[in-house]
Amino acid sequence: MIPSLPLLSITIFLPLLGAFAISLNWATTGNNARWVALWTTLGTLAMALILWKNYNPLLADFQLEDKCQWIPLLTASYHVGLDGISLPFILLSAFLMPICILASWTSIQTRVSEYMIAFLVLETMLLGLFSALDFFLFYIFFEGVLLPMFFIIGIWGGPRRIYATFKFFLYTLLGSVLMLLAIIYIYYEVGSGDISLAMTTPFEPHVQTWLWLAFFASFAIKIPMWPFHTWLPDAHVEAPTAGSIVLAGILLKMGGYGFLRFSLPIFPEASAYFTPFIFALSSIAIVYASLIALVQTDMKKLIAYSSVAHMGFVTLGIFSADAQGIQGAIMQMVSHGLISTALFLCVGVLYDRTHTRDMSEYGGIVHRMPRYAVVFMFFILASLGLPGTSGFVGEFLVLLGTYQVSTYATLCASTTLVLGAAYSLWLYKRVVFGALTKPGLKAVTDLNRRELLVFVPLIAAVLGLGIYPTALLSLLDAPVAQLIDQYTIAVDSNESIVDAKKSLEVALLAP
Amino acid sequence: MTTLALLTVFLPLLGFVVGALTSSFWSQLITSSLMGIATLCAIILFASLGLREETLSLSLFPWIHVEFLEVNWGLQLDSLSLVMISVVTLISFLVHVYSVGYMKGDPGITRFMAYLSLFTFFMLSLVTAPNFLQLFFGWEGVGLCSYLLIGYWYDRENANAASIKAFLVNRVGDIGFVLGILTLFCLFGTLDFSGIFGLVEEHQNDTFLFLSHPCHGLTLACLLLFIGAMGKSAQIGLHTWLPDAMEGPTPVSALIHAATMVTAGVFLVVRISPLLEYAPFAREVITCVGAFTALMAATIACVQNDIKRIIAYSTCSQLGYMFMAAGLSAYGASLFHLTTHAFFKALLFLGAGSVIHAMSDEHNIQKMGGIWRYIPLTYAFMWVGSLALAGIPFFAGFYSKDIILNVSWASPLPVAGIAFICGTSAALLTAFYSWRLLLLTFHGTPKANDAVMGHIHEAPLLMLIPLMVLGVGSVISGYALYSLFVGEGTSFWKEAIFVLPEDTIIPAAHHVSLWIKGLPVLVSLLGIGGAYWLYMVTNNWPEKLSTLFRPLYIFLSQKWYFDELYAYLIVKPSLKFGKVLWEEGDQTIIDGFGPNRLSTFSLSISKLMSRLQTGYIYHYVFAMVFGLVVMVGWYFCQPSLLLQELGLLGK
Repeated sequence: MIPSLPLLSITIFLPLLGAFAISLNWATTGNNARWVALWTTLGTLAMALILWKNYNPLLADFQLEDKCQWIPLLTASYHVGLDGISLPFILLSAFLMPICILASWTSIQTRVSEYMIAFLVLETMLLGLFSALDFFLFYIFFEGVLLPMFFIIGIWGGPRRIYATFKFFLYTLLGSVLMLLAIIYIYYEVGSGDISLAMTTPFEPHVQTWLWLAFFASFAIKIPMWPFHTWLPDAHVEAPTAGSIVLAGILLKMGGYGFLRFSLPIFPEASAYFTPFIFALSSIAIVYASLIALVQTDMKKLIAYSSVAHMGFVTLGIFSADAQGIQGAIMQMVSHGLISTALFLCVGVLYDRTHTRDMSEYGGIVHRMPRYAVVFMFFILASLGLPGTSGFVGEFLVLLGTYQVSTYATLCASTTLVLGAAYSLWLYKRVVFGALTKPGLKAVTDLNRRELLVFVPLIAAVLGLGIYPTALLSLLDAPVAQLIDQYTIAVDSNESIVDAKKSLEVALLAP
Repeated sequence: MTTLALLTVFLPLLGFVVGALTSSFWSQLITSSLMGIATLCAIILFASLGLREETLSLSLFPWIHVEFLEVNWGLQLDSLSLVMISVVTLISFLVHVYSVGYMKGDPGITRFMAYLSLFTFFMLSLVTAPNFLQLFFGWEGVGLCSYLLIGYWYDRENANAASIKAFLVNRVGDIGFVLGILTLFCLFGTLDFSGIFGLVEEHQNDTFLFLSHPCHGLTLACLLLFIGAMGKSAQIGLHTWLPDAMEGPTPVSALIHAATMVTAGVFLVVRISPLLEYAPFAREVITCVGAFTALMAATIACVQNDIKRIIAYSTCSQLGYMFMAAGLSAYGASLFHLTTHAFFKALLFLGAGSVIHAMSDEHNIQKMGGIWRYIPLTYAFMWVGSLALAGIPFFAGFYSKDIILNVSWASPLPVAGIAFICGTSAALLTAFYSWRLLLLTFHGTPKANDAVMGHIHEAPLLMLIPLMVLGVGSVISGYALYSLFVGEGTSFWKEAIFVLPEDTIIPAAHHVSLWIKGLPVLVSLLGIGGAYWLYMVTNNWPEKLSTLFRPLYIFLSQKWYFDELYAYLIVKPSLKFGKVLWEEGDQTIIDGFGPNRLSTFSLSISKLMSRLQTGYIYHYVFAMVFGLVVMVGWYFCQPSLLLQELGLLGK
């Protein structure tokens, strides 16, 4: 490849170009906008794949960096780059966007151009967010994500969309305001907005605590952790299908990414200090959200609550501060991105046909939609973590990482094996199985070609990552090892936290 | 050999994929014939590797590599795996053939055949796994397939409920299994069988901090893994799914009970024999659980009326025997019983299927009777199966059950006495319920209506051939495999099974007194006699007994109230709790005090503020003047200075 091209920046801003193209053609609504958006997102996906190809997984440092001065007065620079932790998220975002566009192909009929522009802008924001290496740039992208999302839910959403958007917006804004304060503090301490510089700057432990909390507020709401999760079900229920996909598939991962990028490396002592706290919240989240999911009647709400439970695994894994745990957490995020996307698509497919999400309105769908039943079953199984799908790899690694730190948390988390299976299978049974008696369902049609086209890559990805997760895990080895090294050095110099992990190493060296 | 091994495992998968995509005729042909080829491969492997006591291991490609966790996809064929793949493929092939006849005309036959092949594939990958994680892959896979097959008739509410129940109960066990795997990894740093078993001796005294309790690592791991095995093999407490699994088509029951599902738990326990040998407490637990299950399931089977349900409880009970044997370190005996049981249990189920087929889908044995004349072949096969199950001499079950009971007599373990008593009583009950089933189903006066009786017919040839093969197996497998599996000084198992020298029990079992050797046969004959007397000689004794011991009868016919107990203790509270958390926790507390309170608060503040904006000029003028007065007054009086002087305000 040509090394001189700013590949990463091209990838990031390509969608914006598409949005611009659509805006030039504003008047001729409809198909034009759809095709432009589709090709732009596909082009971005291609670019992301090129990035992947040019990325060297053996190096732990940031790669493919683009840097130039931006606001000299603040010493803020436009600085983007990739490492093994951010690349999976870039790939995930680029992979899901064409699916979002295709999923909205017929279900969005009003203000199509605006809708497509919103998605393209959103993609730029997300790609920028996951590759930003400057605090200010990161913050701008982080907040920038909110705007298109606000419009997507607020304009194309369901009947209670205003309540949902405000809740979503204010909740997340509250968190990010605190983060902004912390960023300003760090800026004054470090003297620049450079993230990698901040990583090497040691902060006083008591300062760390406050900074950690400020970042935590933002990321815990985003991911979301219990008890900051109540915006999620509302936002999901009101959002259009593609909105839900982006929300569950990518937006939630911003929180997990934030923890990995900022909390753990910059504030290691504080992270170690708060680990029991995070473990408690995550354990509660897993059990609590799973139990709530059991009694839901709205399909989207059920999936939303299951997302909360799955994200509980992510936070557990990240703060186990262990290679298996962290890699598992990233795996879990990617896999949840794929699986929840597919599940929301499945709900969307039904919603497009019958305009209800209430499970009691369904039953016996399999008689009319056998192909759909197979696809839905596949993703239900992936969601409950069947080995051979990507869901299992993430969950297992997280459990493995956590078990070495806290058996209590692992025990709580492992209840998801039963509860997750229960709510998933009940959902499936109530919607798909049974006799077809509802008159409204007698005429529904099976998946059409476009819908199948959307599902096929998702199935391939979920199976592929389930059977050969090394494709992803090998990206993570070097940066995660580095992250853990820094973390353990920092924590060990302070008084150390518990460890089963140590006894493991001793056990290994013993023979 | 490598190719053969790969073919054995992956042909069923190919069968699933191709079978699922083709029309019904081709799907039946392809899945069955691929299964047949796989069976051939398995038997060749058994003959060439197993009998020559060779092992084969093969690594395919990496699965999960993170730090020092390295798990690969692979195959490992030692004598244990070879026995299992032979049994699994053979039974599965016969079930495939039988299904072609049994499911004739069913609109979903394509799906059915595909599921059967997938089921077999997962079971094969389970038994050939070289590490715990791949074993878990197969483990969950068979769980999935049982879910799909039990719920095969998805229009039926019962079938759906039963299938979900099967999956969930298995998953409860899986919690144990997963935690067991995690514990092993923490102790050994690897999940490969060869790695772990090689290190056992060095780690035999390791402790592991579980829930703040220091535990003996191996005991903990073994017990956790055993919880998984209990779920899959339907042992007491986690057995409730198995009888309900009868909602699936009969060939599925045969497959689940004989080859591809419930035996997985036994396989696991035998597989971890090197660990169990260093965890005597875990073995005692396994023995007790096995013994109680054997007895409990047998008591329930005595009062059930659904023909398939009786056989299901019988499976549960026989699995108890297998665990008992494994717990007493007689792993060979356990696997021996697994093999013979596979033959006669498949035979009984397929025979029952044939009866049900003949009786127009009637399951209740109280509504049958007097039909042996119409379906003589099925009748004969059911006899063979029952004789083998009851352990009548020279039938397969005789050899395997006898050795287990002898082991329990000879074993020095303190719990062996319980095992012996439970096992012998269960043997009595086994014979009783088997003949109760036979007599009520085939003898006596016909109780079915004329339409059904007029329709009775022998099964088609496609269903009878598998029965014949199984019948032959039920007769000869015990005798043929005796010396290989549990003979004195057999070297067949080699490294596949590890027994500490002081636990070597099978040779001792060969030398128990003749009394003990004859006892199982004696009690079995007693059971048969009892059943004959009750159901053939007297006419109303069964009713009398059930009224006389009413509470006991109800307790047994309600299956010891396990389902009710679980519904009351676990299912309902969870749902209720979920609702409370949702309505109270999320909506009232979190939303109520969080965002909603905040929004009402800011709303009320702004309402208050908006009241000030009255629009009357004199209000504003008044406010301005008032403000001015306050400011000027402040400037002149300097109340802060005043307060400081009074000592009220610090500097």
